[in-house]
Amino acid sequence: MNRKPFLNHKTPPAPSLPKARTGIEGFDEITDGGLPKGRTTLLEGGSGSGKTVMALQTLVNAARIDNEPGIFVAFEESSERITLNASKFGWDLVALQKSKLFFLDAQPTSELVQSGTCDLGGMLAAVEAKAREIKAKRVVFDAIDVVLAMLNDTKAERLEVFRLHEWLLTRGFTALITAKTGSFYQCDPYMANRPQLGFMQFMVDCAVNLNHQLVRGVSQRSLRVVKYRGSSYSENESPFLIGDGGLEVAGGRRVGWPKPLEALKPIERVSSGVKRLDAMLGGGYYRGAGILITGFPGTAKSTLAGAFSEAACRRGERTLFMSFDSDANEVVHNMASVNIRLERFVKSGKLRLVSARAVTGSAEVHLMQIKQHAKEHGACCVVIDPVSALAKAGNEETAYSVAERLLDWSKTAGITLVCTSLLREASSSTESTPLQISTIADTWIHLNYQVHAGERNRGLSIIKSRGTSHSNQVRELVLSDRGVTLADAYTAGGEVLMGTLRWEKERAEIAARDEDQATAKKVLANLDNEEVEIEMRIKSAQRELAAKRSEKKALSLVASERLHAFTNGRAHMRELRGVDKT
Amino acid sequence: MSKPAHFKFRLYVAGDGPNSNLAIANLQALCREHLLDRHEIEIVDVFLEPKRALADGVVLTPMLVKLSPAPVCKIIGCLSQTKRALLALDLPAHLNGNGT
Repeated sequence: MNRKPFLNHKTPPAPSLPKARTGIEGFDEITDGGLPKGRTTLLEGGSGSGKTVMALQTLVNAARIDNEPGIFVAFEESSERITLNASKFGWDLVALQKSKLFFLDAQPTSELVQSGTCDLGGMLAAVEAKAREIKAKRVVFDAIDVVLAMLNDTKAERLEVFRLHEWLLTRGFTALITAKTGSFYQCDPYMANRPQLGFMQFMVDCAVNLNHQLVRGVSQRSLRVVKYRGSSYSENESPFLIGDGGLEVAGGRRVGWPKPLEALKPIERVSSGVKRLDAMLGGGYYRGAGILITGFPGTAKSTLAGAFSEAACRRGERTLFMSFDSDANEVVHNMASVNIRLERFVKSGKLRLVSARAVTGSAEVHLMQIKQHAKEHGACCVVIDPVSALAKAGNEETAYSVAERLLDWSKTAGITLVCTSLLREASSSTESTPLQISTIADTWIHLNYQVHAGERNRGLSIIKSRGTSHSNQVRELVLSDRGVTLADAYTAGGEVLMGTLRWEKERAEIAARDEDQATAKKVLANLDNEEVEIEMRIKSAQRELAAKRSEKKALSLVASERLHAFTNGRAHMRELRGVDKT
Repeated sequence: MSKPAHFKFRLYVAGDGPNSNLAIANLQALCREHLLDRHEIEIVDVFLEPKRALADGVVLTPMLVKLSPAPVCKIIGCLSQTKRALLALDLPAHLNGNGT
């Protein structure tokens, strides 16, 4: 068959430039493979934006994953402090420092007296010597701005930057230079007028900007690839966080990265944990789908999510339950009150209950935590209760993109994701979710209160369920100590009846049925009686008939006998009279 | 009066660029003027001996190290600001020095 090359989606486009991967989750994705190999990358950002961590992490990963030795030139912090600060990441720097990672301390000391112009020649020579010794492929210059400031002359700074760049290029090092920039220095007239940093941006092949800011009191980190010569890259800001293992960048997916269309296969269904809800959905949720349960406070969103978790654990599937509004013990207790027994699964290790209540963090941080827990636990079912907690801290736009990525991630990983979402009273009429994630969820179940006749009852309806036929009916969600179930909702005069009204209606129907049955029984009994009576009448008539018949028989017998006797008597008389025979 | 101290210097330079040549010339001039016949100068080209740069922690060049008399002191730059250099070396600065 003739295959058109541009329709062949199986192979991604070949990278136009050799890349040196950083091994930082997400970063290699947005840069289409990592840093430019054998070239220089500038990493700029304000103080505390994560430059040093990122630079060190690339070296550590290169040494550990690609077995490429590297040199870290520390201009600002001493190597001791850097290794101490990085010890929490578990990179095992001590072992790496034996052969694959070298720290060059190049901090200017206070007792250093300056007299006249100077340059970076000594440093370059030192790096060269060490690079030869350990066969280094990568170099990091951390806080180049510190040493450039020592030169005390804009022209000299520019010259040194240029020299450094040339030197790196000819040696073929994959270099990372970090420098402080940003709003932090704008108040400092000297730092604000640092043309050499701008010059550096023009000179390098790749420039990455790290940003750390507070949004409504919540820390938000993001990075952006400002330029990347000869390579495609994600131009948007990508949020990142500094987690337990270093930097993790939220890899923004780009449009146009082809994904092979998977063969259609029958998609497995998984139980929602409520039998009648499964029936309403035509067999349960789809495996790997994103399910959204919305509702006001107290509409049993968590309970439904809990039912799902219990069902998953019963099937033997590892499940993660992230609660953002309750304590783990509370969750177990509350669920137990409606006969959802989670304790044994927590004990057996099938269920991981994580409480992130009152944890302040940006939506990004929460997403990373969710991913990390799911990964550690090997979960194939995940519950986020409620997902609206993501929007609680920080701005809502981020929360939306995070929710989007959460869904994207769960789908890619084949995880069935159940999210609950709190609705605000203000938006009650619109049935819209604060994160607008209802549009991207596969199944959307809405819970609400029906207030009628002095009662508040829970109503459940399926607003949408992609790819399944589903019931259009609003049903009543009934919670009891025997479990969770759905009751048929009665409609009367165009209104759904729930709670007591439903109960009354049910009772009335039962009474009516009973009455009907009683009436029928009575009629039947009457008929029976009549039948018996008739039968009896028939019997007596028959008896009468028989009597009459026997009477008749007897009578006819007597008559014939009389006749006989009469005839005989005549003949005898004749004989007596001697009458002649005729 | 005790005998004036004998000065031992080590000057790290990087190649034969302008800064290197300036530093060497300035140091020699300084010694001629202030330390006549009581100084020793060792010049280390870090490009030729990079391992020494590494071992001695040379970052910025040129760098002058006064090894003796104690205390050891380091001066970076091409020594064009003579007054500063003299102050650091604890030598009397003349008013006609061209440094600031």
